Amino acid sequence: MKRQVPLMLVFTLALVMIIQYFVPNDLSLDTNEFLLKWIIIIGVFAMALGIWSLIRVSYEKIKRRVPGWQYPIATLLGLAAMIIFGFDYGRHFSTAEGLNNPMFLKFFLYIIIPIQSTMFALLAFYIASAAYRAFRARSALATLLLLAALIVMLRFNPYLGIFGQYLERTTSWLLNVPNLAAKRAIIIGIGLGSVATALKVMLGIERAYMGKD
Amino acid sequence: MNIFDRLMRMDRRWVFLLVALVCAITYAIPFKIKLNKSPEVKAVFSFMDTLKAGDIIFVAVDYDPSSMAELNPMFYAIVEQAFRKEVKVIFSALSQNAPTMADQLIKDVADSVKQDRTYNGKFYKGREIKNGVDYTFLGYKPYPALIILAMGQNFRIPFPTDYYGVPLDSLPMMKKIRNYDQCKCVVDLSASNATDMWITYGQSRYNFPLALGLTGVMSADYYPYLNSGQVFGIMGGLLGAAQYEALADNPGAAMDGMRIQVFAHIVIILFILMGNIGYLVSRRKSKKG
Repeated sequence: MKRQVPLMLVFTLALVMIIQYFVPNDLSLDTNEFLLKWIIIIGVFAMALGIWSLIRVSYEKIKRRVPGWQYPIATLLGLAAMIIFGFDYGRHFSTAEGLNNPMFLKFFLYIIIPIQSTMFALLAFYIASAAYRAFRARSALATLLLLAALIVMLRFNPYLGIFGQYLERTTSWLLNVPNLAAKRAIIIGIGLGSVATALKVMLGIERAYMGKD
Repeated sequence: MNIFDRLMRMDRRWVFLLVALVCAITYAIPFKIKLNKSPEVKAVFSFMDTLKAGDIIFVAVDYDPSSMAELNPMFYAIVEQAFRKEVKVIFSALSQNAPTMADQLIKDVADSVKQDRTYNGKFYKGREIKNGVDYTFLGYKPYPALIILAMGQNFRIPFPTDYYGVPLDSLPMMKKIRNYDQCKCVVDLSASNATDMWITYGQSRYNFPLALGLTGVMSADYYPYLNSGQVFGIMGGLLGAAQYEALADNPGAAMDGMRIQVFAHIVIILFILMGNIGYLVSRRKSKKG
């Protein structure tokens, strides 16, 4: 029973979702709406679980004094601060007014935005260095990659005149022919793989989601 | 160590220094560059340009502040164009750090629209942009795939209230709007796999016109959808944003940033060429030796 009930539930609900996709009548739409509400509610519980997991993992690290145990303190403080400010010190639990709390906005505008932007901006330097080291014409394929990269990078350079227009046309060809063919093959492969996996889950062949067999 | 070996094994701090210098110098010196416009960006602009007052579009802000350099200019240009044309906009923010940023962006554009301006030779008088009348900001809910699916049924399923806690039914512009069917198009500005979800669970299922604004590294991945007609336009990275700004006659941060990007790319290309010259000469020498 411990196995059969989840398998039956998965099979029945998967069948309902497949049928409702192809049968657009009122009953089907209402069923879809009902199930979507359920999924969203389950999703919110998963988020609560994520927060709990973060707290537990961080707490364990601090308790065991693992190397870098100070960082989880910052994580927990940040989490607590954003929750306290986001709920406007507990004044607005059920409305979104807490999101206008000045401290919440300041933390977001002057801490999160600069941190994330800085991390991303640093990439420019690392990409420049990595490109210098990695783009070497070591083989025919590496040379092709190198040439394609140079063409794509130079395509919008306004100082290349007529040559720039050729590069732009070549870039368009690269994106719309070889890139498209490769990507489309990958996408179709992923699609077929997803269908096969979904069928395996639906028919109870794949049971990893139930934990131990 | 000869010069070619040195070219190959240059300390990366020199690369960092030169890139930083070029970025700083091109940022400090004011000059303009001319940009060609790609057909995929033109397609987005032309679609937005044909919209009439009272039409509704959906703009999905699916990126965090880390990608704001590339995607904020697209947001400014598209939303300002919509507001100027009195097109109503529904916003969502399905990335965790996006809602507060999106709220700020909407307010910035609303402030800008208060001024009289002329775009592409057409004069637009400044006006007040009101929440619930000119736009609705739905906010954030976790799990984009589910939210996108649910919004196709009814915006009220995942978002009974807007970001500010106001019930959707009490907002004047939302009274006759149920789902994507009432929207002329969806524009997804994204730095994440939310784009895949908009294509798979949104466009494929509900069949709305979809345009994408993506970071530079992502854009090549979505050309198959452009070719298949599932996406009608793509703005890729800072270049796409700058091209849109140029088309909309609304130069901003993207056109400014392109000046820097052009020269930073030249420096990177020079480094790549230097490294390869060093590599090829060293290889020839070692073969001879």
